[in-house]
Amino acid sequence: MNRIERSLTGIEENDPGNPKFLIRNLQFYYEEVQALFDINLDIFPQKVTALIGPSGCGKSTFLRCLNRMNDLISGARAQGEVLLDGENILSRQLDVVSLRRRIGMVFQKPNPFPKSIFENVAYGLRITGVKDKAYMAAHVEKSLKLAALWDEVKDRLHAPATSLSGGQQQRLCIARALAVEPEVLLMDEPASALDPIATLKIEELIHELKQKYTIVIVTHNMQQAARVSDTTAFFCMGKLIEVNSTDIMFTRPKDKQTEDYITGRFG
Amino acid sequence: MTAFVSVTILGLIMIFLIKEGLPIFSHVSVKEFIFGKFWYPTDDPPAYGIFPLIVGTFSVTLLSTVISVPLGVMSAIYIAEIARERLAAIAKPMVELLASIPSVVVGFFGMVVVSPFLQDTFDIPSGLNLFNAALMLAFMAVPTICSVTEDALRSVPKSLREGSLALGATHLETIARITVPAAVSGISTAVILGMSRAVGETMVVLMVAGGAAMSPSSIFDPVRPMPASIAAEMGEAPFGAEHYNALFATGVVLFLFTLVFNVCAARIARRYKR
Repeated sequence: MNRIERSLTGIEENDPGNPKFLIRNLQFYYEEVQALFDINLDIFPQKVTALIGPSGCGKSTFLRCLNRMNDLISGARAQGEVLLDGENILSRQLDVVSLRRRIGMVFQKPNPFPKSIFENVAYGLRITGVKDKAYMAAHVEKSLKLAALWDEVKDRLHAPATSLSGGQQQRLCIARALAVEPEVLLMDEPASALDPIATLKIEELIHELKQKYTIVIVTHNMQQAARVSDTTAFFCMGKLIEVNSTDIMFTRPKDKQTEDYITGRFG
Repeated sequence: MTAFVSVTILGLIMIFLIKEGLPIFSHVSVKEFIFGKFWYPTDDPPAYGIFPLIVGTFSVTLLSTVISVPLGVMSAIYIAEIARERLAAIAKPMVELLASIPSVVVGFFGMVVVSPFLQDTFDIPSGLNLFNAALMLAFMAVPTICSVTEDALRSVPKSLREGSLALGATHLETIARITVPAAVSGISTAVILGMSRAVGETMVVLMVAGGAAMSPSSIFDPVRPMPASIAAEMGEAPFGAEHYNALFATGVVLFLFTLVFNVCAARIARRYKR
């Protein structure tokens, strides 16, 4: 969608400044199978962008283009442009390691490392070469506080991370991602494996975090998208069907497919 | 049913071993038997001290572990984590093929190839020694260590690797700090399985260890591990004689060692599973 179309849809009303990500003509292939078709999307800082759509529609694939996690899949390739602050991150010359330090990721299933709670959060700092113990401890505490987990774990920082509940593990994974001070947080259905109370906590957390970070969240849950996001993008069959501010998207969707999906007629 | 049969057979073997081995302790005390420094079963009077044999077994096992663990673990890391699929598909069967070489062939190789090489290179009187035996045993333990380690590495969930990479860790950092530590129980099992293979291996040590029943003072000294002693002497020990009983008692000691090894392996595997 270009600027003119955007102003027509009303997003322009409160211009959020320069986009963090500018995605232009993004095509993505697994071997010969095309998974994403010509995606154009702007993602704004200090906003939550929700990606919704039926299973297999390419929303996770798209999310994983943003930190080049698809590089791990052999035979996968992307074309087009994904500009992060103006720099094309699909470029071969790009240092993927430093890209991933700028872009944190939280996965669908909590995946804490088989280490202590402290070591999980400290991991990202250790690999950047931080040795100072006091700094490390302060930073781990700060990250755990940001992820609203500190009060629950402060007395057992050296217990194994796997002793935490699922919801706590997921917040630990968020703390772990925040510890390296990323600019963007990608979340791939972060609450789909959690119970409603743990989900609520994660959603509250997302609300807090968007003050500082650019957040992109994939979700299967319409209500969740409506609750947490500012902008919603609807994917279907590898295409970006509609993108709009969440309020408009859930009340007056332009596209018939979007409306059908949101109202639960398919997907 | 089959489990019952194998347990019964195991029990019978143990009873037989102990029954045949026990009479030696009417001639020597347990302490003298285990800590006695001289193994001269055919002398007059005979000396039945298996301490040099125990030291022989231990030194050979230890040295072969020192050689085989880095080789086995690193090949597994390469095959499971680093090599491209096609290369791994070639390298893996090649390593496993090593396991299918009969031990007598490995022993023969040690005798006719490695031994003269060691003699010339290190200028030692005999190439049939502790080092040669350890080398050959390492050769045989690498496939076990490698394939068990590889399975352990492959069973580490992909999500852990992704979690690490997403934090900006490099591929090698992820292997060293996440994948290998997460697989440590499987790797320990691999190491112990490799060691128990070396402890019980008979043919190779019989052929290349040199056969001197003495405690070695350097890695180029000949040794006589327990299995080699039993295999070499059983043929000439008269049935039911003291020597015969002493060999069975040696067998009991060897059996206890492998038992301890396997119990350790099971324990470690269970401890890390939680």
